[in-house]
Amino acid sequence: MIEGTLAILKKDLRIEWRTRESISSVVVLAVLLLVVFTVAHDPTPETAPTLGPSVLWATFVLTGLLGVQRGFLLERENDCLAGLLTSPLDPASIYLGKVAANVVLLASMQAVVVPLIALFLHVSVAGALPGLVAVLALGNVGFASLATLFAAVAVRLRAREVMLPVLLLPLLVPLLIGSVQATQAVLASGIGAAREAIAVLLAFDVIFGVAGWLLFAYVVRD
Amino acid sequence: MTVPIVAVGLARRFGDARVLDSVDLTVDGGELVALLGPNGAGKTTLLRVLATLLRPSAGSLHLFGEEARHRSPSLLARIGYVGHESSCYPDLTGAENLAFYASIFGIARPAARIAELLDWAGLTTAARRPVRFYSRGMQQRLALARVLLHEPALLLLDEPWNGLDPHAAALLDERLTTMRSAGHTIVLTTHDVARAARIATRSAILDRGRIVWTSESAADPTVVASAYRAKVGGRA
Repeated sequence: MIEGTLAILKKDLRIEWRTRESISSVVVLAVLLLVVFTVAHDPTPETAPTLGPSVLWATFVLTGLLGVQRGFLLERENDCLAGLLTSPLDPASIYLGKVAANVVLLASMQAVVVPLIALFLHVSVAGALPGLVAVLALGNVGFASLATLFAAVAVRLRAREVMLPVLLLPLLVPLLIGSVQATQAVLASGIGAAREAIAVLLAFDVIFGVAGWLLFAYVVRD
Repeated sequence: MTVPIVAVGLARRFGDARVLDSVDLTVDGGELVALLGPNGAGKTTLLRVLATLLRPSAGSLHLFGEEARHRSPSLLARIGYVGHESSCYPDLTGAENLAFYASIFGIARPAARIAELLDWAGLTTAARRPVRFYSRGMQQRLALARVLLHEPALLLLDEPWNGLDPHAAALLDERLTTMRSAGHTIVLTTHDVARAARIATRSAILDRGRIVWTSESAADPTVVASAYRAKVGGRA
């Protein structure tokens, strides 16, 4: 299974490296959203740190949807999914490879966007970097686990661009709340203060990671 | 040796439309069966059901003695399927596509096998070009090279001559005949009655989701063509 997962991950990253379609659109959208949020709220140095985490995660979720959807459209073009499904590859490997590719995409986008958020919203991230990286990693895994499963469902639908957020966003609410709370706690008092919120993120990651792993084989076939 | 295909009473619905209806089909090892029929007869649906890509709505399907619905990795490793599209990634090169599929099929010494198949498909010089820039015929040749990578015991081909020039089509005929002689089982769909009848060990005509005629053995192309006219009439 590990070999299959790595083959899917390597293939998706190679395509992304060659085209840069997802990362460029995701980063541009993230920067635009960040500018819009900043201008709309016009935060003062006092209010900005409390606004930062919610702006951060709203930006990640909205842009992440775009990247995840693109990841599955790759498989629909030329009916590549048929090639995967008629191979001896375990469908769970396809799922895990796709989740891993989405996590890498999200992390690459965050590497650009987090410093910009720190700059625009006067959030000091330098001291809290290890904790912030841990929270981002947990949030990314949870988001990618659920979004990859739903992207596999939505990619078959005619109104897929609309249906993915409609199906996904309600289920992401616990992850969003946990991520914002964990980020706020990490930035204010360090990772020790984020223990409860991190437990929520961990639970979310485990539940939806296992659900996706088990259900993917059923949703991906006609 | 277990029988490659035993389908009994296969049916498939899409909503209210019954696309396959009580299809019984047994294909022995070393057979090359040509499925003929007009547009919308259900040929592609039948092939996708045989490839385990579609679940049948009714009936049973056993491939090599295994229930197809279980889709065991050992079963899938024995099947090769080419549909209407190439299943090759447009942003990868031809060689990268074959290398990817070789890795997921666990092919030993993939470089030599890929080079051999690229040469067979006449794609050696285009191997480093992204598939997006391939012509329709080149994509079809790459798709055929892809499906031959693991030398499947059961080869399912949906209109394999589509887009091929006469030379490539003749090469494919030769390859299929050699594979059949070596014991591989092949089921293909086509509208080219004469070409299919020349290489098939058996022909079947599908109409409105049912098999309406089957030849008992290899049949003269004129016999198949007249059966086609009698069963399907002027419908293409």
